[in-house]
Amino acid sequence: MHVPDGFLDATTSTGTAAVAAAGVALALRGSRHELDERTAPMAGLTAVFVFAVQMMNFPVAFGTSGHLMGGALAAVLVGPWTAVLCLTVVLLVQALVFADGGLTALGTNVTLLGLVAIGVGYGVFRGLRAVLPATRTGLLASAGVGAFLSVPAAALVFVGLFGLGGVADVALGPVTAAMVGVHLLIGLGEAVITVAVLGAVLTVRPDLVRGGRHLLRARELAPRPGLAGATAVDAR
Amino acid sequence: MGAGHGGGLAAAYVPGDSPVHRLEPHTKLVAVLAFALVVVATPVHAGWAPLAYAGFLLLLLTVAAVARVRPGRLLRGLVVEVPFVLFAALLPFVSRGPRTDVLGLSLSESGLAAGGSILAKATLSVLAATLLAATTEARGLLRGLERLRLPTVLVQILSFMIRYTDVVGGELRRMQVARESRGFRGRHLGALKVLGPAAGSLFIRSYERGERVHLAMLSRGYTGRLPSGPVAVAGGRAWATALSLPLAAAAVLAGGSLLG
Repeated sequence: MHVPDGFLDATTSTGTAAVAAAGVALALRGSRHELDERTAPMAGLTAVFVFAVQMMNFPVAFGTSGHLMGGALAAVLVGPWTAVLCLTVVLLVQALVFADGGLTALGTNVTLLGLVAIGVGYGVFRGLRAVLPATRTGLLASAGVGAFLSVPAAALVFVGLFGLGGVADVALGPVTAAMVGVHLLIGLGEAVITVAVLGAVLTVRPDLVRGGRHLLRARELAPRPGLAGATAVDAR
Repeated sequence: MGAGHGGGLAAAYVPGDSPVHRLEPHTKLVAVLAFALVVVATPVHAGWAPLAYAGFLLLLLTVAAVARVRPGRLLRGLVVEVPFVLFAALLPFVSRGPRTDVLGLSLSESGLAAGGSILAKATLSVLAATLLAATTEARGLLRGLERLRLPTVLVQILSFMIRYTDVVGGELRRMQVARESRGFRGRHLGALKVLGPAAGSLFIRSYERGERVHLAMLSRGYTGRLPSGPVAVAGGRAWATALSLPLAAAAVLAGGSLLG
């Protein structure tokens, strides 16, 4: 679902490229707080993960299959700024190596799938997380709703851009309805997958879910009376 | 939601020793971007636009012939635009403006032009990018982007991505083989119960691999910068060769707007 070249006119493409460049510059600053000096290797492997998961096709309905966009998921896992960097690099590779998404439309794609999807997904996630109880279910629900809304939001912004600088004179009403309708369905899939993946990571390595740090309680180290006589090896 | 990118990053490259292969990657990147800009700048509703598209296509096919990239490889590159073919095919039906009758269907004239030109422009630039990927290794693209001053952090993320995509992709395939040899068939929504945790454990494995790589790099003296080789220099002739494609395209465009 990447915008190819020629969909939007040159002015709009330049505008979105400027927006994308500003967003990525902000993300470059912000990501320093999220991953300190480990930024490059960790963000690199997260980008590989997003790329690999986009290759995993999930069955949707009527024999069609879809794949994750992963913006909201990556934001909850590694933080929004690092997620923007990861998605930017993934889109860059897809445009350069696979010709998926046009080169002049790279700014548009980064704006839509990186900035808008992650901004909306993570914003909703943070908002709901503050309201819902601080439990595993609350976390998963917030992330799910965030992922769900991130997809139609990106679609809506795309329709807006198309209205602004699209090359065809279409009635925006029906196009908006169709795009948002289809993407509500896709968003549903995105939400289900995001929740499934997050749930699995929370079960095995809850410390890796950045958006769920508040769930980790400091465990107090204390001698347990029943194990007083055991050796160090036994009392793992 | 496009087609998957099977075969990893290396599959896009076609080894060769043509003049196109030998050009410095950053000159090729600039050339392809400039070409895409010229294609996008072609006015949609001009009568001579189809002729210009044909001219651009001819230029690309010439480059492909010089680079000895087979037509089959170019055609396979076009698979990514399938979802947008559908969108473009809808435009004549939903666009406003004067209608015309084609085979008994009432179609919008401007929608026809727009749909056709979207299709032509997307196809042309997909072909150009496919040529770039077919004649430049992923590592070369990385070097080119670095030369064009992409921020260091992005270059590093990109370099890790290029190095580890095949490793993580291999893990993904092994998990798939393991699932399927246990009788798993992902045909319905229930499959998510299996695929969700699989993707989750893929993330954990990737992240833990990142941690190990980072520690290994630290122990070898990593300070946040990767050493890079000597800066690539491209002389005037190399630039002239690389830029001949967008310049020729611009000439086609200029000729069209003057004569048409």
